[in-house]
Amino acid sequence: MSLSRREFLGAGTAAVAGTALAPGVRLIELAAARRPEDAVTAKQRWGLLIDTGKCSEGCTACVEACHEENGVTDHGKPLTDAQWIRKVEARDPQTGYAHSLPVMCLHCETPPCVDVCPTGASFRRVDGIVLVDKHICIGCRYCMMACPYKARSFIHENITDQKPDAPRGKGTVESCTLCVHKVDRGDGTTACAEACKEDGHQAIVFGDLNDSQSEIARRLKSESSVQLRADLNLNTGVRYQGL
Amino acid sequence: MTFSSIRRTAVLLAASAVLAAASAGAADSRGSKAARTPLPQVKITKEGEKCVEPTDIMRRRHMEFILHQRDDTMHRGIRTTRHSLKNCIDCHADPKTNSVLGEDGFCQNCHAYAAVSMDCFSCHTGKAEKQSAVSGLIPLASSADVSVRDMVMMSRLQTAEHNAQPSATGKSQ
Repeated sequence: MSLSRREFLGAGTAAVAGTALAPGVRLIELAAARRPEDAVTAKQRWGLLIDTGKCSEGCTACVEACHEENGVTDHGKPLTDAQWIRKVEARDPQTGYAHSLPVMCLHCETPPCVDVCPTGASFRRVDGIVLVDKHICIGCRYCMMACPYKARSFIHENITDQKPDAPRGKGTVESCTLCVHKVDRGDGTTACAEACKEDGHQAIVFGDLNDSQSEIARRLKSESSVQLRADLNLNTGVRYQGL
Repeated sequence: MTFSSIRRTAVLLAASAVLAAASAGAADSRGSKAARTPLPQVKITKEGEKCVEPTDIMRRRHMEFILHQRDDTMHRGIRTTRHSLKNCIDCHADPKTNSVLGEDGFCQNCHAYAAVSMDCFSCHTGKAEKQSAVSGLIPLASSADVSVRDMVMMSRLQTAEHNAQPSATGKSQ
């Protein structure tokens, strides 16, 4: 990867500003370091940690919050309606142990959806968020076939009354954006994580995997976690516990 | 001066003469049919406030500004509001409908007249996030909001405007 002069200088300044004065005390919080006119950098890698032990069966708070935040509406066609996040009930057939987990775009480091996209519409932002540029998506749906997690949806219907922060249109593919508008605003959370916290489960934690001080990085370092289909070596940004 | 460059100059001169004659003819016919297609009524609902760029530049180049901003926002996460579509909509939405679309909508009105289709609103909403009638004041671009890239782009555009020929059809770089 090549850095432009500006990106290099910007990263250097942020690194100096973020240097620890004392353990836990920093001059400038890293999350708040980016201004609207600054481009995202690879210093951050956004991700989620989902504790399936805390996720309760039948609860769909995260799904509802996501679809509310991003204006994902139901057209009464369950086979083709878009779903940015879904609840999966997993059960071990031998022991009968069942648990419930939300699955969305896992924001891989080496995303198969990006590999197969013929137009470059499917791309990975340098801070780890995998997105679809709907301006250049031709709706071929190769990415939907390539994704091992079935994270992507195609919009079959005409859409009206979209959310200003989540443009959606017929004939394009879409998936979880990790609430990129909230991330860019500096909210430091996603709609699903927020809803899960409000519901008292706290099963979803959003954060910067590269920031050793963040809750997500600390927990990933000290507790066991897994990637879905780790055998594919995709280095997912969304990790699971309790599977 | 070589022979080929003389020939090229001659061809250019001849072409511009033909163009001038054609545009004079077009102006005549436009004058006689002015009543058939009335000019669009562009409603500026914000009295006394100015747009992010001078009106003549906005009229000719608004699509370039939002295209440039589109890629910056989508791929690089740059979310300055100065040239963002959201900022256009928030400011120009009709207070009655809260939208830039519809018969009298700021965008649709002119685009219908010019017969230029807008792809923006097949995905983006035409409605303002904030009720523009209620908010009263619009956040105009502050000096802190203008990045160096914007300034470089603006100076380039202004130079291009300055050099633009009157007969140029819009792409006058």
